[in-house]
Amino acid sequence: MEIPYAQHFLDNGLRVIVHESRSLPIVAVNLWYHVGSKNEQPGRTGFAHLFEHLMFEGSEHYDRGYFHPLQEAGAALNGSTNADRTNYWEVVPTSAVELALWMESDRMGYLLPALTREKFENQRDVVLNERRQNYENRPYGMAGMALMEALYPTDHPYHWLTIGAPEDLRAATLDDVQAFFRRYYHPRNASLVIAGDIGSDDGLALAQKYFDEIPPGPLVGGVAADARLTGEIRLLLEDRVELPRLYLAWHSPAMFGPGDAEMDLVADLLANGKSSRLYEVLVYARRIATDVSAIQNSREMSGVCQITATATPGHTLLELYEVIQAEIDRFLRDSATEDEIERGLAQAEAHFMSRLQTLGGFGGKSDQLNAYAVFLDDPGYLPRDLDRYRGATPATLRAAARQVFGTEGRVVLSVVPLGRTELAIPGSAVVEVS
Amino acid sequence: MKRADRSRLPEVGASPSFKFPPIIKQRLSNGLAVWCIEEPALPLISFLLIVPAGSASDPDALPGLASLTGEMLDEGSGSHSAIEVHEAFARLGTHLDIEVAADVTLIGVTVLSRFSGRGLSLLVDCVVRPSLREDDLERVRQLRLNRLAQLRDLAPAVADRAFMQTLYGRHPYGHLAIGTELALQKMTRADVMAFHAAAYVAARATLVAVGDVKADALLQIVHDAFGGWTREEGEGPTVEFDAALSTPATMSDRRLAVVHRPKAAQSELRVGHVGVSRSTPDYVPLVVLNMVLGGQFVSRVNLKLREEKGYTYGARTSFDFRRGPGPFLLQTSVQTAVTADAIQDAFSELSGIRSDRPATEGELELAKSALTMGYARNFETSDQLARALAQLILYDLPDAYYDSFPGQVQRVDTSSVARVASTYLQPDRMLTLVVGDRDVLESSLGSIGAGEPMVLAPG
Repeated sequence: MEIPYAQHFLDNGLRVIVHESRSLPIVAVNLWYHVGSKNEQPGRTGFAHLFEHLMFEGSEHYDRGYFHPLQEAGAALNGSTNADRTNYWEVVPTSAVELALWMESDRMGYLLPALTREKFENQRDVVLNERRQNYENRPYGMAGMALMEALYPTDHPYHWLTIGAPEDLRAATLDDVQAFFRRYYHPRNASLVIAGDIGSDDGLALAQKYFDEIPPGPLVGGVAADARLTGEIRLLLEDRVELPRLYLAWHSPAMFGPGDAEMDLVADLLANGKSSRLYEVLVYARRIATDVSAIQNSREMSGVCQITATATPGHTLLELYEVIQAEIDRFLRDSATEDEIERGLAQAEAHFMSRLQTLGGFGGKSDQLNAYAVFLDDPGYLPRDLDRYRGATPATLRAAARQVFGTEGRVVLSVVPLGRTELAIPGSAVVEVS
Repeated sequence: MKRADRSRLPEVGASPSFKFPPIIKQRLSNGLAVWCIEEPALPLISFLLIVPAGSASDPDALPGLASLTGEMLDEGSGSHSAIEVHEAFARLGTHLDIEVAADVTLIGVTVLSRFSGRGLSLLVDCVVRPSLREDDLERVRQLRLNRLAQLRDLAPAVADRAFMQTLYGRHPYGHLAIGTELALQKMTRADVMAFHAAAYVAARATLVAVGDVKADALLQIVHDAFGGWTREEGEGPTVEFDAALSTPATMSDRRLAVVHRPKAAQSELRVGHVGVSRSTPDYVPLVVLNMVLGGQFVSRVNLKLREEKGYTYGARTSFDFRRGPGPFLLQTSVQTAVTADAIQDAFSELSGIRSDRPATEGELELAKSALTMGYARNFETSDQLARALAQLILYDLPDAYYDSFPGQVQRVDTSSVARVASTYLQPDRMLTLVVGDRDVLESSLGSIGAGEPMVLAPG
């Protein structure tokens, strides 16, 4: 399993990767900027994401909404921001690849002359509504915020979520936007993948045609910060929910770091799907939970391993907590069976394959090439990425799990229906998030 | 250094032609249709079994039975327990996908090519020989009751349910697939067994396979796996396969319904009416109309409510085409303080496009290009292709449908869009449903001409 590609760097530092695949008359364009909410400052959170919105509102030579000409050309397009990176993509018919590159290059090279206060304020309102819709007005919607705030100290770049704080969004100014653009949105901090019905020479020539003229910006250094928890932090959040939910979170290995793939497998066998250990005991056998899940959420600087379970009516979160702890203890003692590892590998392989079925969009081949390029400086990392999983043994899984679960430091968050604090883990402190 | 010409956007040439892959159709002696697309380049194989009965075939007294039956399929089969079944799928790196919609139940599994035989045989076991044990039923019933309780917290789910219920009443589309708590509590193992026996009939079903598979070899495998699936229709229990084809009652004027959600940060909105079925000869112009009105980012409704007003993260419209007359609706979620303004803007867009502001040539070109130029990307994965076949089966469309669709779209003109807009949009007989903070909204909603506010109970 691999994704063939050709890579070239333009003089201005832009990385260009071309993957040829002729099965359909479409081309995926995928552009990453190595900037995310981790590059924000306390008091100015939400900025990287708000900025992503502005990238669709027009640039100097096409000062109107970006969706119109691209959708008219039959493109699908979108963008997204997370803590570590921002991506933009178009999937176009072969005949529209030049249009997509023209537009991506125009907003990379010439965004600021077209950026007005009116656009800025309108998109800030849209983002505030996105926040209401996906966080404030959604059950358990504020839990992620509470967890990150507890896991990372106030000045750590993972302390806040990408969506940001409303007061910070309201405080953002046009000057902030301009400074942010100049610092992060330029060829040296970006990586372009062109994938699909196009040859590598043609792809590279088109990239040169549209991006060569854009000057390189300042070198962007990595962000470093440390976070350590010394003991268990118990928190309580009342929410408009019917059933109480327990969140357990630990610091865990960084993306592609030692133990990352192992923790991915550990999380899967503990609580991913109906054949997992915690599902079997909590939902199937004892029926004290309606659902349970676990994730190794790995990011550039550090990861978070999280287990989430919702109690059935009549049961407290303490009952769930004790069962989960017992299963973790059993895992730390006995590790996984060969059969569980075999299942985990089959799932990992199927998961890779399914992401590689599409050229573009979130998680397709072009996005994957960019992830390996931006985070590892190695677009061809795929076979070794799989090897990380294939090398897993009961011993390596246990070792990774001990590093994560074997420490005292963790965050235990109880989200309970309004007025039902007796369902929470005892000794939890009420947490304020807004 | 040479600079790119930025005086205008590059020309976009003609869209390269796309041809839907050939469909190989076979049939077993028990009547099961087997459709196959051989695509050796795909790394995965998707199997999809299409059972043409969904929540619209629920018995009147038991809304949710089709969905419960679907959910029970992988909770034990033959002599295997639920856990053993889940583990067997997990060993192939997959799970059984069960989707119960209004008109259809889709049971699918996608596996790495080397697991195709085992994947199919697991799917067959679940579909033909589910254990449907009492104890598993109780467990699944409780999980579903809890899920229903949780849906009461989710504004979009509350809105969908209240909208369909208010609009369709006792028509089979008047309830969501998950059904109601009352019905779920009443359902017995005998009900589930009867629904399974009546609806899961080989002669009505189609198995679709897409990927690295050969049609002849597939037929042999399917014959071995499904050959024993022989119950004939007319023996024992029955279901109403065509229940949804009946005509729902329509409203005679505008109505406004509110579900109170104290201190809601946003109001969840649904505005619409009973629409038209998939078999309408006006399907293609309606699709084009919807693209102009609210079917994509640059549609009127989203540009107005999101990009111009900043009221919302997004707004869209859809004709929900089904075998029977599905709804037409506009959906969005807006900041509480602007709810009344947003509803008025929505009315204005829905009325405008059928009267004083018809779709322009420019809008039509945009909509038609968006529908046709990037068409190929809808057929990239094995699952996309399998679902495309499911559409042909469900709506009885010709094999050449996907090849002919772009040409049909190109033939739509402004007069046909104007005609279908005035025929199929009914702004004077619309239901407006709001899930939001009644205490804040009450004073503003009375005066917008949406109808007298009627308060619905949550859930």
